[in-house]
Amino acid sequence: MKVKVLNIVETAYRATLEEQDDPVIWLCRSIQGAGAGVDVLLVGNAVNYLARDQDASGLSFGGERQTQPPRLAADLEQLMAAGGAVFAAREDAAERGLARERCIEGVEWLDRADVAPLLDRYDRIWYW
Amino acid sequence: MTAKTTLTFLLMDGPFENARSTTAMRLIDAAVRRGHDVNVFAYEGAVSLAFAKQTAHANALHGRNAEEENHPLPRKWIAALMAKAAEQGTQLRWVNCGLCVDERGVNEAIPGTSRGGPADFWKMTLASDNTLVIPTK
Amino acid sequence: MKKYLLIESNDPFDNRGVERFYGLAAQLASLDHQVTLFLVQNGVLPARRGAAAPGLEAAAAAGVEIVADDFSLRERGIDAASLAPAVRAAPIDRVIDELAAGARAIWH
Repeated sequence: MKVKVLNIVETAYRATLEEQDDPVIWLCRSIQGAGAGVDVLLVGNAVNYLARDQDASGLSFGGERQTQPPRLAADLEQLMAAGGAVFAAREDAAERGLARERCIEGVEWLDRADVAPLLDRYDRIWYW
Repeated sequence: MTAKTTLTFLLMDGPFENARSTTAMRLIDAAVRRGHDVNVFAYEGAVSLAFAKQTAHANALHGRNAEEENHPLPRKWIAALMAKAAEQGTQLRWVNCGLCVDERGVNEAIPGTSRGGPADFWKMTLASDNTLVIPTK
Repeated sequence: MKKYLLIESNDPFDNRGVERFYGLAAQLASLDHQVTLFLVQNGVLPARRGAAAPGLEAAAAAGVEIVADDFSLRERGIDAASLAPAVRAAPIDRVIDELAAGARAIWH
């Protein structure tokens, strides 16, 4: 049986432009590929990763153009396509005015009271 | 003292930027002192912790030359902890995320460290009694 | 019943996520898990008696054991007599001992 990890992701947009992804989501997808059962719970500002209209393209420094901007929502869709679940904190999205219809599909929305019971389902819990 | 275990730490912070890197070193020190085997996966900025070219400097505002200032260098802390582990017959294994090393250009790490990737971190956690992830902010 | 070690390195004055983390500790305790909240770095600032830390008080009331890193306290000039009643000082070794004993450890 797969060892299951819940990754609670709170920090958002840290180094995503230089790294062209979120390094925590990237790590999650990498260990998913190594056989881990990986699920993600987005809280705080990280709920904004679900927004469909994110566009970080167009950065240019002198003549140096960034040609591969991060595609954070797409990375989460790929994590789900590979069998991972993505949960998100309903209250945190509401605080930030992020409507569900502006978000990618397939997310399971949780209230804060649902988080503690969720932890019991996992072998490991990492908070990022 | 508790029975010997294997503990894995994932670190993300580089040196000299915030308190987390020092706390991480304190935890690793405590784990080594208490006789546990320790794995460290250095991810993102943490790959600079073992960079061999960290150099101490004087501090004119403190009125101290380089020797007097004795500026901490995390590479020395890591080397000392590796020596301590070896002396007492336990293990401190330090793996730097290779892609993180490459993009930061910190390829010269102190002896005894190695390169790896997320799959190595995953294998470490599976082989450990416990894992603590210390993320950055 | 599981053993949890929640490590809080931030303070609630500058970081809103801290109250959420205290709340998680309290929720886990209310589900009958054994929960220790270990404060370290600026996370010890609300441990001073008189600090405005309602979430910390609520966690203690829910049965969470609250300990503060003795070095972080000393670094910030918070002596034993200045600690809030629900908080005890402890060395960093406590974290290692909890990890070695299999606590589910979560760092914030």
